[in-house]
Amino acid sequence: MLGYALRRLVLAVPLLIGITLISFFVIHLAPGEPTDLGTGDTPVQSDREVRERLRQMYGLDKPLHVQYVNWLTRLVRLDFGRSFSPDARPVLQKIGERLPITLLLNVVEMTIIIALAIPIGVFSATRQYSRFDKVTTIFVFVGFATPDFWLALMLMILFGVQLGWLPISGLRSPMWEYLSFWQQQWDFAGHLILPILVATFGGLAGFSRYMRQSMLEVVRQDYIQSARAKGLAESVVIGKHALRNALLPIVTVLGLSLPGLIGGSVIVESIFAIPGMGQLMVQAVFERDYPVIMGNLVIVATLTLGANLIADLTYSLVDPRIRVAARRGRR
Amino acid sequence: MKAFWRALRRNRLALAGGVVVVCLAVLALLAPAISPRDPNRPDVKKILDAPSKAHPLGTDQLGRDVLSRMLYGARVSLAVGFVSVGIAAAIGIVLGSLAGYHGGTTDAMVMRLVDLMLVFPRFFLLLAVLAFLRPSIWTIMTVIGLTGWMSVARLVRAEFLSLKEREFVLWSQSIGATAFRIIWRHILPNAIAPVLVAMTLGIPAAILTESGLSFLGLGVQPPHATWGNILNEGKDAIEIGWWLSVYPGLAILVTVLSYNLLGEGIRDALDPRLRQSVGRIVSRAR
Repeated sequence: MLGYALRRLVLAVPLLIGITLISFFVIHLAPGEPTDLGTGDTPVQSDREVRERLRQMYGLDKPLHVQYVNWLTRLVRLDFGRSFSPDARPVLQKIGERLPITLLLNVVEMTIIIALAIPIGVFSATRQYSRFDKVTTIFVFVGFATPDFWLALMLMILFGVQLGWLPISGLRSPMWEYLSFWQQQWDFAGHLILPILVATFGGLAGFSRYMRQSMLEVVRQDYIQSARAKGLAESVVIGKHALRNALLPIVTVLGLSLPGLIGGSVIVESIFAIPGMGQLMVQAVFERDYPVIMGNLVIVATLTLGANLIADLTYSLVDPRIRVAARRGRR
Repeated sequence: MKAFWRALRRNRLALAGGVVVVCLAVLALLAPAISPRDPNRPDVKKILDAPSKAHPLGTDQLGRDVLSRMLYGARVSLAVGFVSVGIAAAIGIVLGSLAGYHGGTTDAMVMRLVDLMLVFPRFFLLLAVLAFLRPSIWTIMTVIGLTGWMSVARLVRAEFLSLKEREFVLWSQSIGATAFRIIWRHILPNAIAPVLVAMTLGIPAAILTESGLSFLGLGVQPPHATWGNILNEGKDAIEIGWWLSVYPGLAILVTVLSYNLLGEGIRDALDPRLRQSVGRIVSRAR
């Protein structure tokens, strides 16, 4: 197991280098001077000023490979430079204070998705074409087609404006400081309800579909027939024999859909004004704060790579076949 | 082919999706002829008017007719959907067939590139690229295409891996056909079915991405009417003008839903076996 984990870790290194290469490529993507642009809004800084700072920061007048090596050596030391915005704080610090809330949101979303999608998928698979199955199928198709930003707007109109039940932006109410400890927690949780609802909606549709599909495939297998034939209770056949095998592909899908989920934070955080990495990214794009943009890109991709790695290792933990194959491959 | 049409016609949901898709295309093409007003002409006397006979879907903050703006917005959505999926498919087919046919180092390199692209959360990558470019409808299409080819490449490669062992390929190789000719004339036509399905399912994904970017204000720039732009403006008037937020979103939902139903219908009609593989690979790249 340890050997397998180490090998996966080594395989991740070229991907990590690739992440820096693509990000570096992005800086040079712009036709002509990478600095000579606008994002549509009134530029916060003059073109010349931005160009000069970028030139200093990335050494844009030096040969490409020198630029890349310089940039990489700084990255390895976790030096992402300083923000172009007036506060000129280190990029790492800016991202660091926004990372926890984005991680918290994503972990909570993932947990909710898994906790709901597995039972939904199993129920609709074991009762294929029942009313429950049909209703979830409709939910899946609508879930896939609903733009998350629109769902957010609709929920804001309904719960925020019309009913006034839930706060629609930020993480804390204005009078937060005057609340007691438990009221503060309650207030914080209230602010998270709508964003989490929006972010889980699409993912839930996808995962319950996978779970259903995976379960339908497993239930047709011979060993399920034999489990039934030897007289096991249906709950044991489904809950133990079938479920364990049906969960395997889900672990992979989970790892692979992480980038999508994290990417969704951009929209959710912007709409609900949550000070996370997604919102930071959008602000940085508007302010043409290139060091923050590049830092965000590299860090988010690296985090995703790490999460994929964890999913891979989990997969090998739950599926003995992978470990055996890995051991054979080594011999 | 006949069997395909028969199978598709039997699938009522797919058929409904197809009808909506065709209607949308017609509406978008005819937008200049059928929109009741000029989508960009402001009218200070009609700012944020609720839906009425004169303006069936109301007016926005500048008094522009929302129905007309949505009809023009449909043009943008369709253009973005088709062009960016075209770009993605072209890249995916070239890289996927090279990887699948040649195998070895080419294959390893292409597949590592696919893995690498999939590590980037798409919205972060899109935003980073767009920060350096002037946003126009063409940059949006190109960028969405450039970040969306991975699923096609994987599909094509998988098809090539099994097809290249088949006898008709061995025969062409033995009479000295060039690799290009074998790939283009012999293998690709046999591998195109799953690609078509992936493309049909890619169009709604691209539409969602574009409207999301426009909603953030980083996509197609105003005053150009797109569904995402109208929603972006509607967000600021959320407490007064609900119609600005409701209708464009519904339009996106119905469009995406129809393409998805049609795409799944085509997939099942082409070959029920595809059901698993395409669905899995496509949605992985979402």
